[in-house]
Amino acid sequence: MKYFQQDIECASREKIEAIQNEKIVKQVKHAYDNIPYYRSLMDQKGVKPEDIKGIKDIYKLPFLSKYDLREQYPDGLLAVDKKDVVRIHSTSGTTGKRVIAYYTENDLDLWADCTARAIVAAGGSKEDVVQIAYGYGLFTGGMGLHDGARKVGCMTLPMSSGNTERQIQFMHDLKSTILCCTPSYAAYLGEALKESGLTTKDINLKAGIFGAEPWTESMRKDIEKSLGIKAYDIFGLTELSGPGVSYECEEQAGMHINEDHFYAEIINPETGEVLGDGEKGELVLTSLDKEAFPLIRYRTRDICILNKEKCKCGRSFIRMAKPMGRSDDMLIIRGVNVFPSQIETVLLEQGYTPNYLIEIDRVNNTDTFDIYVELTSEQFSDTIKDVSLKEKELSNALKTMLGINPKTHLVAPKTIARSEGKAVRVNDKRKLID
Amino acid sequence: MTLQQISIFMENKPGMLCEITKFIASKNVNMRALAVADTEKFGIVRIIVDDPTLVNEMLTKEGYATTLTKVLAIEIPDEPGKFSAILEKLAKADINIEYSYAFTSKESKAVTILRVDDVDKAESIIK
Repeated sequence: MKYFQQDIECASREKIEAIQNEKIVKQVKHAYDNIPYYRSLMDQKGVKPEDIKGIKDIYKLPFLSKYDLREQYPDGLLAVDKKDVVRIHSTSGTTGKRVIAYYTENDLDLWADCTARAIVAAGGSKEDVVQIAYGYGLFTGGMGLHDGARKVGCMTLPMSSGNTERQIQFMHDLKSTILCCTPSYAAYLGEALKESGLTTKDINLKAGIFGAEPWTESMRKDIEKSLGIKAYDIFGLTELSGPGVSYECEEQAGMHINEDHFYAEIINPETGEVLGDGEKGELVLTSLDKEAFPLIRYRTRDICILNKEKCKCGRSFIRMAKPMGRSDDMLIIRGVNVFPSQIETVLLEQGYTPNYLIEIDRVNNTDTFDIYVELTSEQFSDTIKDVSLKEKELSNALKTMLGINPKTHLVAPKTIARSEGKAVRVNDKRKLID
Repeated sequence: MTLQQISIFMENKPGMLCEITKFIASKNVNMRALAVADTEKFGIVRIIVDDPTLVNEMLTKEGYATTLTKVLAIEIPDEPGKFSAILEKLAKADINIEYSYAFTSKESKAVTILRVDDVDKAESIIK
């Protein structure tokens, strides 16, 4: 089996466009009729659902951004009755920064199709044993890939992330053939395998599907070597279901966008103008058939290029390059979305000055995350015990806010460089692009 | 008697203590006593000077995180058992000692600094 749904994955461009034309009309009407906030955005722009006759008219519609999601937290963009919702997922972060995505039964089914396509594209079939080491729970990675693997008919190991020793044991004992997790965890598992005294010959892994954080081609080669596999990229975001918006095939030359469910545009992030084929800009995604949480012209903030050339794998879905950066200040650290403003909020709440420096690096393929915070005389007290306690409190507050644990360092006042104009708060030493 | 002690926050890296003492010297201030406490991540320098309020102000102006703390300063005769007798009194009164260090006064007397949780109570007990 080379394709999960050959009829659509390899459909003619005409057929794909016809599907998109039909779906966009319905999707826009659905959003307009059921989301008062979206209706007001369209009204403000003076565009009515009737003006959208096909996918070519999409440029007439307003953009949605994280700002809108924040404004409408928690359920202002929900387009169906709550009784029809069967699951939610969520990004990390606190109120306001958190995104809650809603799914009907049908939404989950279509999402599972998307991840099933990715699994089959990575060589998966009924014969395979899929080890899912993405986190299960609010994070979309675990359950997203799980549902796809189940659809393909794979024996699915819902390992969730962590407990590395057990991961290696199951990988070995149950003869996992496909591993799904973040690329940094894959790299870590590769090292753990070696440390456990096993070689790639002792395990049956043949492929890995890795996503949720940026990774480079050199990292891909490292992982492929250490686990003895072919590593496939997968892309998605919670706002639009989760992983499976696009997926890589055996050509490893860009990720095929599931165009029967998502429509992709590239825009100039400054002007909002739609850019031509092959131009680099911000990726804008539109869901085409979501029931619970339709998102139309959602600005992902990922800087990207689309490739419309036909792929050797036979799929006709266009491909997107790995995102090359962000048009906002969001950082992806160990697979978790982090905004510097979240850190600022915690510092101010805890009585610190907003003078801080975030330092991120990738050591042995794992992200390190350090935050330097200036201690003021007001915050300082005479005993080691009290200062240590303060530092611990700050660490805990940051962990609660961000969903990951940074290493905090208190530093003397005025030691973090002040810059003229826009402050440099982030020192990202990772090489995320080859 | 009690004294105002200056505590200065110090990052745990080479040259920090030197930088602080150099600054104090540049202001022509003589340190009566100095003690350093440290963890793997940071340290606290505690000093006794003649005019703590003024020196503290100079330090904060220079950009140091500092705090003034009232500590006990006890002259202890140079004889066996004298220090433990004082500690015993404090222990009986349920006063907790955070830390202690000693220096020699201008009159060549041994002075012990005690940081306790209730400095006023401690002072009245020792008197």
